[in-house]
Amino acid sequence: MPRRGSTQCWAAAAGRWGCGLFVLLLLLLLLLVPGPSGASEFTFELPDNAKQCFYEDIAQGTKCTLEFQVITGGHYDVDCRLEDPDGKVLYKEMKKQYDSFTFTASKNGTYKFCFSNEFSTFTHKTIYFDFQVGEDPPLFPSENRVSALTQMESACVSIHEALKSVIDYQTHFRLREAQGRSRAEDLNTRVAYWSVGEALILLVVSIGQVFLLKSFFSDKRTTTTRVGS
Amino acid sequence: MAGVGAGPLRSVGLPALLFLALCAVGVRGLYFHIGETEKRCFIEEIPDETMVIGNYRTQMWDKQKEVFLPSTPGLGMHVEVKDPDGKVVLSRQYGSEGRFTFTSHTPGEHQICLHSNSTRMALFAGGKLRVHLDIQVGEHANNYPEIAAKDKLTELQLRARQLLDQVEQIQKEQDYQRYREERFRLTSESTNQRVLWWSIAQTVILILTGIWQMRHLKSFFEAKKLV
Repeated sequence: MPRRGSTQCWAAAAGRWGCGLFVLLLLLLLLLVPGPSGASEFTFELPDNAKQCFYEDIAQGTKCTLEFQVITGGHYDVDCRLEDPDGKVLYKEMKKQYDSFTFTASKNGTYKFCFSNEFSTFTHKTIYFDFQVGEDPPLFPSENRVSALTQMESACVSIHEALKSVIDYQTHFRLREAQGRSRAEDLNTRVAYWSVGEALILLVVSIGQVFLLKSFFSDKRTTTTRVGS
Repeated sequence: MAGVGAGPLRSVGLPALLFLALCAVGVRGLYFHIGETEKRCFIEEIPDETMVIGNYRTQMWDKQKEVFLPSTPGLGMHVEVKDPDGKVVLSRQYGSEGRFTFTSHTPGEHQICLHSNSTRMALFAGGKLRVHLDIQVGEHANNYPEIAAKDKLTELQLRARQLLDQVEQIQKEQDYQRYREERFRLTSESTNQRVLWWSIAQTVILILTGIWQMRHLKSFFEAKKLV
């Protein structure tokens, strides 16, 4: 076999195979890519007797964390429920103020979590939730991650992680403070209404007592209209 | 695949596939359903001078096929953002897929409201709309690969920039925390004052009404010649 011919043949075949492999790799990436990563955090108001649900498509094997906290409203509690694509309930808690739940997705599909305020008659609740799916996307969506990180780079990575947890703690602190402030403002308005209300009641009762007592000693003619309570 | 078409395939196929990949990812994960005239509001409690970027994508429910259509042109979403004082910061109409940005100028609770203004949903009954939403605040809103390309930063410089942004956000949040703690303290002190004045006032009212009662009854009984 002439060498040139064989190498040419081989090159053509390799080129074809390489191209096909490349396309296959890209298609595989395409299948893998829809698995999102990162975190979504939202704060929303849940009206009374309402239920709100959120959905996310998660790939199998992804570690996810759902964390929620009630910030304002009533007794600061809410029902939460997390279901997997088959409807199996992974997490269900009633009247919880704050909780954090970590799970690993056992199958691909749409996961659903709902917050319910159906047990409440007239209080709106403000709810914060943070749904973390997988890891945060890397800073460099690069392909050339073949070299290991240098010492400086790994120091930067650890500082980044530490700062992320600082921001996380700050968020929790902010939520707790908002909750405390909401209670303090409620207390303030309640004290105002209560003091005015009690002053009125006091005056009405003391004046009423006197007139009622007087009516016991007044002439019989007028007692029929006054005595009946 | 024929080896002949390898060249053009590579030049066209790769970008096309990447484009498809990006389309498939589109807006990150979380979505919810919204009714026709329903308005969904989200609250973002942020310090001042913080940038907020929101990305959303909507899909309409097709009742015949019982599936959500991948994309529906002509579907519009109205986005309204209010600052803590109730003033409207942003009020705009976007298409079925959009991106809105605003920067806060006062610290506090900003309200981001979304509602659909499309009347087409009434035609395709069911009126259910799937909204993918992603709101990024502060340093999460920064697009680092873009910054690296624009300022031509090395990897280490980019990492340092990211850390600086994070620290700046922490600092802003701390300042905001101080402002809120002051408000909290004012509220508590106001409650304290109110309770103090109320207890003094109550005691005074009680004593006064007691005195009035006794005097009134005494004069009443004296008039009745019982005393």
